[in-house]
Amino acid sequence: MVSADMSGELSGRVAIVTGGASGIGAAAATLLAGAGATVIVADLQEAKAGAGRFVAHDVASEDSWKVLLADVLGREGRLDIMVNNAGISGGSGNIETTTVENWQKVQAVDSEGVFLGSKYAIEGMKKTGPGKPAIRGSIVNISSIAGLIGSAGPTAYTAAKGAVRLLSKSVALYCAEQKYDIRCNSVHPGGVDTAIFNPLWQMVGHEQGKAFIGARHPIGRMSEASELGEVVLFLASDRSSFVTGAEIVADGAITSGLMRRSLLAAP
Amino acid sequence: MPRLEDKVVLLSGGASGIGAATARLVVREGGKAVLADRDEAKGRAIASELGAAAHFVLLDVAQEASWQAAVAAAVEKFGGLHGLLNAAGIGVRNDIESCTLKEYRRVNDINSLGTFLGCKASITAMRESGGGSIVNISSVLGLRGAAHAVAYSASKGAVRSLTKNVALHCAQMKYNIRCNSVHPGYIDTPMIAPRFDQNVENMTGRQFLEELHPLGRLGRPEEVANMILFLLSDESTFSTGSEFVCDGGLTA
Repeated sequence: MVSADMSGELSGRVAIVTGGASGIGAAAATLLAGAGATVIVADLQEAKAGAGRFVAHDVASEDSWKVLLADVLGREGRLDIMVNNAGISGGSGNIETTTVENWQKVQAVDSEGVFLGSKYAIEGMKKTGPGKPAIRGSIVNISSIAGLIGSAGPTAYTAAKGAVRLLSKSVALYCAEQKYDIRCNSVHPGGVDTAIFNPLWQMVGHEQGKAFIGARHPIGRMSEASELGEVVLFLASDRSSFVTGAEIVADGAITSGLMRRSLLAAP
Repeated sequence: MPRLEDKVVLLSGGASGIGAATARLVVREGGKAVLADRDEAKGRAIASELGAAAHFVLLDVAQEASWQAAVAAAVEKFGGLHGLLNAAGIGVRNDIESCTLKEYRRVNDINSLGTFLGCKASITAMRESGGGSIVNISSVLGLRGAAHAVAYSASKGAVRSLTKNVALHCAQMKYNIRCNSVHPGYIDTPMIAPRFDQNVENMTGRQFLEELHPLGRLGRPEEVANMILFLLSDESTFSTGSEFVCDGGLTA
C-alpha cells in the first residue's frame, strides 16, 4: 500500500501503541515511526522486530498504565498520540456458552483497557508542555465491525466493541467541551490478516482460511494489517483535524450491504 | 383479544420506572408478570396490587445464580417463560477524567453484565416454552455519545451490540427467540429524578432535559412500555436484532 509522503510530518510527536508488537498495532507503529513520531510499543510481549521502544504493559492493569505514563513522560517529555489497539477475542463463546469469567476477562482488556487508555492518554497529553509545542492530541480506539452490526460470533467481544464505540464518542465530546485539543475516534476493521484468526489458520491453513474469510467481504479479500495502519496514521495526524467522535470503517464493504455471515464462524 | 394472553414475562427493574410501567401493561394485556428487582418492598407492593397474574422475585442482576433462581421461580409460578425485559440499570454521571476504573466496572456490571446474564439465563426456559422475545433497554446514549456519561454510554453501547449478537445466535440456532434493543430518551423515572432540581444554564434540570427533546418534554414510562409491549407480543414476530428508538425526536 502506498502512503502519501508523510515523512517528518509527525516529527517531535510521541505516540503510544498498545498491542504494538503484532497485527494492526505493529503496522501502525511502523507507519507512525515512518512519519517521524517517537513510538512506544506497549505490549505484553516484545516484538521480534519492533518499530519503536518496547515497554512491557498490561492494558487491563491500572498500575501498569501509571508506570507506562510515568516512563513516557519521564523519558520523552510529552504524549501526542494514543492508539488503543490491544484486544482479545476471548474465544468463540456465544450467549449460551460464555461464562462470567470469560465475559469479565474480555471486558477487562477490550473495554476497561480502552477506558484506561483514553483516561491516561488525556492525563499524559495535558501534562505535555509548558514550553513545548501545543499538543494536537489524537486518541485512536480500535473497535470492530462487531461494534456496528453485531455478529453471531463471540458474545463478550461483541459487547466490548459496542462499548468502545460509545466510549470513544463520550471522550470526543468531553475533550471538545473542555477545549483540550484532543480528538478521539473509533476504527472498525473487518477481517484483518492477524493473529486473532490463529485458531482458524490452525484448523484449515493460512491461505485457505484467508480465502474463506475474504469471500465474506464484498471486496473479495481480507485486509492486510498495513491497510488498517494507514487508517490509524490518518487519524493520528493533523490531516484528520476535523474528525472527532467518528466511526471510521475499513471493512471491504461488509457493513455496507446485507451480508451478515459471521467472520469468526468455522468453515 | 388480549395482546399477551398467557405469556409469562420476567422483568428486571420491575419495581420502578419503565419496568413497573411494563409490568402493569403485561397484566392488563392478559400476560403474567414476574417483577424482579433488588427493591423488595416496592416490588412486592406493585405485584400484590396487580394480583394473581403478578409475582415478585428478589434479583441482583450482576449475579448469575440470582438470575437462574429468578427464571426458575417464573417457570415454577406460571409454567413457562415467553418474555424477558432487561430494564434494571443505573444512570451515573461521570466523564473520562473523573470516572474511576471501579466506577466504570460498577456501571458496566449492572447495565451490561446484568443484561448479558438475563439473556443467558432465559434462553433455555424460553426454548422449552416454545420460543420468546427478549427486550433489552439500551438508551439514546447507546446510539450517541455524551461527554458526562462515559461509563453509562459505554454500557449502553455494549447492550446494543450484545442484543444483535443474541438475536443472530438465536436465529442461527432456530430457537424462535427474538431479541431487540429499546433506546429511550430521558424518561420521567426515579433514575433521572435527582437531576430535576439542579440548576443547569439558568434552568431547572428538568426544564433543561425537557428542552433537549424536539417534543419539548420528557417521555412517560408508559410510552416506552407501549413499545416494549409491541416487541414482547406476536405483533412483532419479524423484528429481531433491531434498535427501537423512543426519544421524542432527540436523535432525529
